[in-house]
Amino acid sequence: MTRLIVVRLLFGALTLWAVSLVVFAATQALPGDAAQLILGRDATPERLEALRDQLNLHEPVAVQYMQWLQGILQGDLGNSFSNGLPVAEYLRSSVQSSLALMGLAALVATPVSLFIGAFSALRRDRSFDHASSMGTLVVASIPEFVVGILLILALGPGGLGLFPSVYAREGGPEQWILPVLTLALAVAPPIVRMMRATMIEVLESEYVQQARLKGVSERTVLWRHAAPNAIGPVAQVIALQLAWLAGGVVAIEFLFNFPGVGKDLMDAIENRDVPLIQAVVLLIAGIYILVNLIADVIGLAANPKVRVANR
Amino acid sequence: MSGPSKNTTPKASVRRRPGLFRTAWRFGRTKVGVALTALIVLIAVLGPFVAPYTPTEFVAKPYETGVDGALFGGDNLGRDVLTRFMWGGWTLLLLAGSAAAVGVAAGTVVGIIAGYRRGWVDDVLMRTNDVLLAFPQLIAALLVMSIIGPKVWLIVAVIAVSHMPRVARVIREATRKVIEQDYVKAAEAIGLPRWRIMTVEILPNVTSPLLVELGLRLTYSIGVVAVLGFLGMGLQPPTADWGLMINENRQGMAVQPWAVALPVTAIAVLTVGANLITDGLSRAAIGIDRGVEK
Repeated sequence: MTRLIVVRLLFGALTLWAVSLVVFAATQALPGDAAQLILGRDATPERLEALRDQLNLHEPVAVQYMQWLQGILQGDLGNSFSNGLPVAEYLRSSVQSSLALMGLAALVATPVSLFIGAFSALRRDRSFDHASSMGTLVVASIPEFVVGILLILALGPGGLGLFPSVYAREGGPEQWILPVLTLALAVAPPIVRMMRATMIEVLESEYVQQARLKGVSERTVLWRHAAPNAIGPVAQVIALQLAWLAGGVVAIEFLFNFPGVGKDLMDAIENRDVPLIQAVVLLIAGIYILVNLIADVIGLAANPKVRVANR
Repeated sequence: MSGPSKNTTPKASVRRRPGLFRTAWRFGRTKVGVALTALIVLIAVLGPFVAPYTPTEFVAKPYETGVDGALFGGDNLGRDVLTRFMWGGWTLLLLAGSAAAVGVAAGTVVGIIAGYRRGWVDDVLMRTNDVLLAFPQLIAALLVMSIIGPKVWLIVAVIAVSHMPRVARVIREATRKVIEQDYVKAAEAIGLPRWRIMTVEILPNVTSPLLVELGLRLTYSIGVVAVLGFLGMGLQPPTADWGLMINENRQGMAVQPWAVALPVTAIAVLTVGANLITDGLSRAAIGIDRGVEK
C-alpha cells in the first residue's frame, strides 16, 4: 500500500508540473508581451525595451519558464502588474478568507449530509427517503451560482430581507451566512447519496445481519458494525467535494463580492494582471490536485483488499 | 437534451428488449424531466419570434418596473426584460449543446481507442486525461478566456476539452467489458480492420453509458456556459444571453428582481429537467437504483 501511495504522490507532483507548463504556455499566447501589458498601448519603444531587459523577455522561452518555475519553488510568485505588490503578499489575506469560507461550508455540509444520508438509508423507500433523493437530485443539477441567486432572491434584501447579499468590510458575521449556505448546498448532494448507498449496502451485509441475529441492540449495530464500514467510500466523496470547492468558490465569491482568491482571480482577469492570474490558477489547481490525492489515499486505505494485499 | 437524444432514438430501439428510451420513459421522473426541458427549449426557440420588442430597444428607464407594454419592466439600461429573456435562451442551448456533443464525441473516440488498443496507447491517452482532469473545469475555462479573450468557438472548445477526459474514462471502462465478448473476438478472427471493430462492433454496444454521459455533460455544459456568462467571460454585450443578463442586472436585484429571476429560474428548470432525464436514462441503463443493489 505504501508503494501505491508513493506512486500516487509522484504522479501528483508530475501533474502539478504539467499544470505549471500549461499555465505558463497560456500566458505566452497573449497578444503582445508582458512589457506591453504593464506599460499599456501608448508606451514609448525605449521604455518597452528597458522593461523587457528588466523582465528578461529577451531570453528564450524555455529559459524564461525555468526562471519562473524557480521563482515559484522559492515562494516568489512575481509582482502584480496592476499595483506592483508581490503576489504572495497580495494574496495572503484572501487565501485566508477563502479557506475560512470553504472550511465553514464543509463544516456545515458534512455532518448534515451524513445524517440525511444515513437516515434515508434507514428509512429506505419511505417518504423521507424519496424526498431526500428528489431534493439531492434537484439541488445537484442546478449550477451553484444559480442556487446562490435563488437564495438571495428569497432571503436577501429583495425577498424576506433576512441576510445581506453583498459582503462589506464593515459588515457583521451574518453576511457569511448566504455564501456558506450556497457552498454547503453545492457540496452536499453527492455526500448524501454516497452515504445512503453505502449505508444500505452495509446494512444488508452478512456481518450486520449476524450482529442483529445475535441480539445486539440496534444502536450498537449501527454505530459499531455498520457506520465504520460505510466511512471509507464516503470519506473519499467528501474529499472529492472539498476539491471541487477549490474551483467552485470563484463564482460564489464573485456573486457575493466576497474578498477571497476567486474574486482576486476575477479582478486580475479584468486588469489582465498576468502574474496574479498565474498564481491563483496554480494555487487552485494545486489545492485541487492535493485534495484529490488525499481522496485517492483515503480510498486506498479504506479498501481492505488493497490495504492487506501489499503488506 | 431532446435534440441530440432524439437523433439517436431509432438506433437504440430498433431491435432488442424494451430499449433504453422505453425503459427510461417508464420512470415518472423522466416524464417530468422531458416536460421541464421541453418548456424551456420552447421558450428559447420560439421566444425570438414572439418577443414584443427587439433585444436592444429602449422601452423604459433603467430598472423601472410597472411600465405599460413591458410586463417585467426594464433592465439595467432600460431594455425590455421579457424580450431579452426570450432572446437569451437559444445561445445558451446552442453553446451548451455543441460543447456537450463535441466533448462526448471526442471522449468516446479516446475512450474506445484506449480501451481497445490497451498497452502504451492506453497509457499515454489515460495519463494525458489525468493531467486534463487536474484542472477544475471552470478554472481552465477562465484561464483560457482571460488570455485569449471570450470568443464563441473558444467557449465551446474549452468546455468540450474539459468534458473529454471524464467521458473517456467512462467509455474506456465500458469498452473493456465489451471487448471480452465473443463477437469481438470473432470479428478479430475474421480479420476485420481495427477501425471497423471499433465503429461497428464496440460503439453500438456502449451506447447506454454514452447516452447517460451525454445527458450528464449537457447538464454540466449548461452550468458552465451560464456561469461564464455570469462572470462576464462568455458572450459579450449587447447579446441577450441568460448568463450575461444575470451579470448585468444583479446590482439592481433588490429593486428589479425580474431581470435576474427570469433567467435564473429558466436555467434552474432547464438543468433540473436535463438531469431528471439523465437520471431516468442511467436508471434504465443500470436497470436498478444507482448501483445500490447488486
